[in-house]
Amino acid sequence: MMDGSSNSKPQGPARPVPVLTSTAPYGATPSAAPGTAPLVEFRNVWKSYLTGAEPVHALRGVSIKVYPGEYISIVGPSGSGKSTFMHILGCLDTPTSGQYILAGTDVSQMDEEHLAETRNRRIGFVFQQFFLLPRLTAWRNVELPLIYAGVDRHKRKLLAMQALDHVGLTNRVNHFPNQLSGGQQQRVAVARALVTEPDLLLADEPTGNLDSRSSADVLAMFDELHQSGRTIVLITHEPDVAAAAERVMRFRDGRFVQAEDTAA
Amino acid sequence: MSWFETVRSGLEAIASHRLRSGLTVLGILIGIAAVILTVGLGEGASASVNSAINSLGTNLLIVSPGSSTTGLVRGGFGSASTLTYSNAQALADKVDCPDVIGVAPQVSTEGSLVYGDANWDTTVYGSTTQWLSVRGRSMAEGSFFTNAEVDSDANVVVLGQTTAEELGLFDPVGTTINIGTVPFTVVGILNSAGSSASTNEDDMAIMPITTAQEVLTGSSSVNTIYLEAGSQSTLGAAYDEATDELLALHGIDNPANADFTITTQSSLTATASSVSHTLTVLLAGIAAISLLVGGIGVMNIMLVSVTERVREIGLRKALGATPKVILRQFLVEASTLGLAGGLFGAALGVVGSQVLPDFISDTIELSGAAIAIAIVAAVGVGIVAGAYPAYRAAQLAPIEALRTE
Repeated sequence: MMDGSSNSKPQGPARPVPVLTSTAPYGATPSAAPGTAPLVEFRNVWKSYLTGAEPVHALRGVSIKVYPGEYISIVGPSGSGKSTFMHILGCLDTPTSGQYILAGTDVSQMDEEHLAETRNRRIGFVFQQFFLLPRLTAWRNVELPLIYAGVDRHKRKLLAMQALDHVGLTNRVNHFPNQLSGGQQQRVAVARALVTEPDLLLADEPTGNLDSRSSADVLAMFDELHQSGRTIVLITHEPDVAAAAERVMRFRDGRFVQAEDTAA
Repeated sequence: MSWFETVRSGLEAIASHRLRSGLTVLGILIGIAAVILTVGLGEGASASVNSAINSLGTNLLIVSPGSSTTGLVRGGFGSASTLTYSNAQALADKVDCPDVIGVAPQVSTEGSLVYGDANWDTTVYGSTTQWLSVRGRSMAEGSFFTNAEVDSDANVVVLGQTTAEELGLFDPVGTTINIGTVPFTVVGILNSAGSSASTNEDDMAIMPITTAQEVLTGSSSVNTIYLEAGSQSTLGAAYDEATDELLALHGIDNPANADFTITTQSSLTATASSVSHTLTVLLAGIAAISLLVGGIGVMNIMLVSVTERVREIGLRKALGATPKVILRQFLVEASTLGLAGGLFGAALGVVGSQVLPDFISDTIELSGAAIAIAIVAAVGVGIVAGAYPAYRAAQLAPIEALRTE
């Protein structure tokens, strides 16, 4: 089986070419658009856990490049390792071996202190359970990452309001999460993910807890963000959700098995 | 993350669990109030004992009967009645005891005073005319009894102010009252001496020692002989002279077998303060244990809080909170609980120190230093108790924390 297969979508010359490699060594992949550095680059990343006598390999040599402005979805059955991949991609965990270069910086050996800073500056998370703090109002939830970034109060409030405006919740800023519908809560979470202007928007089953209408809303929002040039990685197990992305990558047994263009 | 944000976040977390935080604060509060009150009680007791002893006069020697030996059984100090009025007269001898300038033997017994329909039980003393100067008292009305009245066993009595009031005597001098069934003429009223914790110096009656021995005690022994030295510097000499004189009078060669004890006011003070110090340490120790229990309560609550807020911690970490920030946030929460307990506990202690003396007869002396130390200790308890839970929170791996249930 040839894991190192890659497909590229026909696109304008300015668009970076999404590149996927798996066990193939770095450099063996088709080159990207010249002059554009990848935002995310995995080089033969392994992740192993020692649960018993035998080590369990959650990731088995994953290599991938994601260029700025791409909208990628990652699908795979549970236990395929896509959650582990997502954790490493989101700097929530570090690889056992291999390299992860994020925006030109090797983050694979970073300590928790620097990982936290990197997450704060570069990554916006959207989770299946929204993870809003119930005792804070919508705008106070949105300002949280700015607190850790050291932004002053007035600017925080301004940016949080702008982000909520952006996701269409201008009239819900002072509502508590339990006063909002699931779709609205997820939009608050998206506002929180965007408020720091991160390089990468990482969504983990963002529609998993939503009805189909709210799901469509959120996906439409992602589409719009993609149009405005955001880099989005969406992890899901629902094929029709995955299809919203520009490119779909399948994960199985700890590695990518194929990549396909939704347009293809 | 600034300290302001950390504190705000901590306060919000505390406010979101009002009942639980309140109960935790209560644990610390009780501990702190207990520490403050018990230390204050100890200080108050020690101060009142000291002032009672000081009110005796600083140049005072107190001669008490020693232990009695009946067969092989030795009684405790004061069990013997080895001191007599004639011993006191001998100690007044200017040749043998030149440094003793005042002698006041004293007998005491309980007596029932009757005036008209009024009936009052109090301590009745018998002494000589020097009692007034030796005990440092003065007269409010009338005069003290005279040497002539002592020599003639006259039935005259001097009353303390409280006693006179209780008997309903408004113009007491010259009035006749009964002690038991014996009539006495009131010749004077003592000035108020103030009351100490143990005895009320204003509730008493005093009469010539000769009368008291004849009418009330029926014995020639005296309970105590007060000796006054001219000054602090001659106190030691007076002590030696009195000891030699009494040993000679009692025919005792070896001072170790003395059947009397002479104490000085300073030795009493030292004994009393060491006793009250021990008491204070004991009470404060018990109070400290309750503070410790309060601290365990804080730790317990913080551990629950960390467990309960695993997802919040994970989320905050995902959003960029470093372990240091999380550690700080939980430490601030724990120390805020401690501080709140300390402040409220100190407030309760201050209120208690005002209210409690109305119900118990003891005084409570609060010191600002003790309160400040107690509050600092409460914050310290909070920080120490919060350290482990905060460390656990800080070390929590974000993916563990975000793992869906």
